[in-house]
Amino acid sequence: MAISIDEAVPAPVTDDAPAARRRGGRARRVIEVVLLVALAVAMLFPVLWMVETSIKENRDVYAVPAKFFNFDFTLQHFKDVFVAQGGGRSDLSGSFLNSVIVAGASTILATVLGVPAAWAYSRFTLKAKKDQLFFILSTRFMPPVVVVIPIFLMYRELGLIDSKLGLILIYAAFNVPFTIWMMKGFVDEVPAEYEDAAMLDGYTRLQAFRKFTLPLLVPGIAATAVFALIFSWNEFVFAIFLTSSQEVRTAPPAIAGLIGGTTVDWGLVAASAVVFALPVLVFAFLVRKHLVAGVTLGAVRR
Amino acid sequence: MAGIEVTQLHKRYPDGTVAVEEVDLSIGDGELFVMLGPSGCGKTTTLRAMAGLERQTSGDIRIGSTLVNDLPPAERDIAMVFQFYALYPHLKTRDNLAFPLRAEGLPEKEVRERVAEASRMMQLDPLLDRRPHRLSGGEQQRVALARALVRRPQAFLMDEPLTNLDAELRADTRTEIKHLQAELGTTMVYVTHDQVEAMSLGHRIAILNKGRVEQVGTPLEVYDRPASLFCASFIGSPPMNLIDVEVAEGALRGAGGLVLPPPPGLPRDRTLVAGVRPEALEVTAAGTDGTVAARVVSAEALGDEIIYVLDHGGVRDVRVRMPPTVRFAPDAPVGLRHAGGTPPVYDVSTEELVA
Repeated sequence: MAISIDEAVPAPVTDDAPAARRRGGRARRVIEVVLLVALAVAMLFPVLWMVETSIKENRDVYAVPAKFFNFDFTLQHFKDVFVAQGGGRSDLSGSFLNSVIVAGASTILATVLGVPAAWAYSRFTLKAKKDQLFFILSTRFMPPVVVVIPIFLMYRELGLIDSKLGLILIYAAFNVPFTIWMMKGFVDEVPAEYEDAAMLDGYTRLQAFRKFTLPLLVPGIAATAVFALIFSWNEFVFAIFLTSSQEVRTAPPAIAGLIGGTTVDWGLVAASAVVFALPVLVFAFLVRKHLVAGVTLGAVRR
Repeated sequence: MAGIEVTQLHKRYPDGTVAVEEVDLSIGDGELFVMLGPSGCGKTTTLRAMAGLERQTSGDIRIGSTLVNDLPPAERDIAMVFQFYALYPHLKTRDNLAFPLRAEGLPEKEVRERVAEASRMMQLDPLLDRRPHRLSGGEQQRVALARALVRRPQAFLMDEPLTNLDAELRADTRTEIKHLQAELGTTMVYVTHDQVEAMSLGHRIAILNKGRVEQVGTPLEVYDRPASLFCASFIGSPPMNLIDVEVAEGALRGAGGLVLPPPPGLPRDRTLVAGVRPEALEVTAAGTDGTVAARVVSAEALGDEIIYVLDHGGVRDVRVRMPPTVRFAPDAPVGLRHAGGTPPVYDVSTEELVA
């Protein structure tokens, strides 16, 4: 599964082209650039506004007309995200920690279960393999909100309501099918002959998988895990239905909870949103090479 | 070194596909044995079962005198060469060669000696410090062969090892494999779908179709007397002409009027087909004695020979191999006659050789 990016190559402009056509070409270019800039502004403005609000003094946040450039700079909002008003840890910082634990644990669980399953689906002939794979995929067809009530009831019986374990399990359940499907593509790319050769060289099937196939899958696992992590990190619906206490609540419902009441501290909302967005950006940045390059295997010619 | 005995091998996958219906093979010690067949005929599955990479549903496999059914691949003392080489990508050539020996736990001194020996045999010395991705396809295949050699196994199993090489290299490597096998005298089982490879390499060839062995024989036996209609149409390029025949007045008479010498012991009251090799026919000037009138549909000039495609008396597309000196234009009226020995004759309903 290799994704490659073609660099845009501008069409060569020849001097002997008719003047009218050259003018037409330039006009088209101008329109393209204008449209792209408009699109970029529309897409990025909310992000920019969020970042700006997070570093504005409170009075500048509420200033009318809004101040774009000459506002007073402060990092107080970021401090408020982590430190409670009277000192000590803030509730929000606890939520962020919960998010890290829940997203991390569910991703690890989904990867540990999903990667071997993907390997098995890729390597072995199974009864009704296609139907099994379709069934696995079908769990992703429905929106989570459809099943949130039954899951709420099940969790109440099992005592998993308002627990991190409950969230970890449900996120892992949603990430395992995704992991299986995405990883199967990567495993298919690694020739089974490596394992065959290793088995002839004296390894068992599982050792062959661990020693030869698994290292070649690392880029794919990283990419898949990041996607799973982003899903768990961003998830809102289950988090808000299945948790209630401050000790368990993850960041998305906690941030949402800042809005409402009589006054809204927009500076704090913006700062916590920035903090919330950063890990995802960092992870995507770290694995961008794997996302772009995919798996490249020099040793095999197909 | 050892022979390999396969008895009543049957392989059925959990999803219900039957890869091998029933295969019996007896491969002699030191023999270069080729399994030939179209894709999906079960040849690779049979080979993988010998290697221990697949567990057969039923049937026995013996290597030497050992029943290996339940032995893992590593304990069968065999080496295998794959179509995609399967060199470990993170290891240099030297370490790829040493890998199976180190896995066996041989002392490092012996590992080095045996790697050096295999490297010398396959002329790999300049490549020893490269990783697989810096080797060409031919070089990778030589390394893969050398990796099989270093183990000094009881038998080599080759799974279409030349398929990914270009034509010229394929011919060279083929010769190399043949020499190597002759030199080492090791039993070798070679799987291919390429009949030229099979004919040029094999001491004996087994032709497989739909999970069954259709014929086992030396290349010439297989070529001269294919055991079934399938073998007749599979071996030879262009393949045998299959001409409907009936016995009349002590001769075999083809549907288009062609007269063939009848083999002894032909059954009566059966619909018969004769297999006539393109080189057992002759194109002559129209009206020559003892010929039937035919028309040239096309001529393929291959340089050392010309393949004429003829229609005669309602029989279409009969292929004739002629020396390049004999030239007829397309559409020309010509004569056609049989010029070989008695052809093999098949029963249409059983598709098997009857005489």
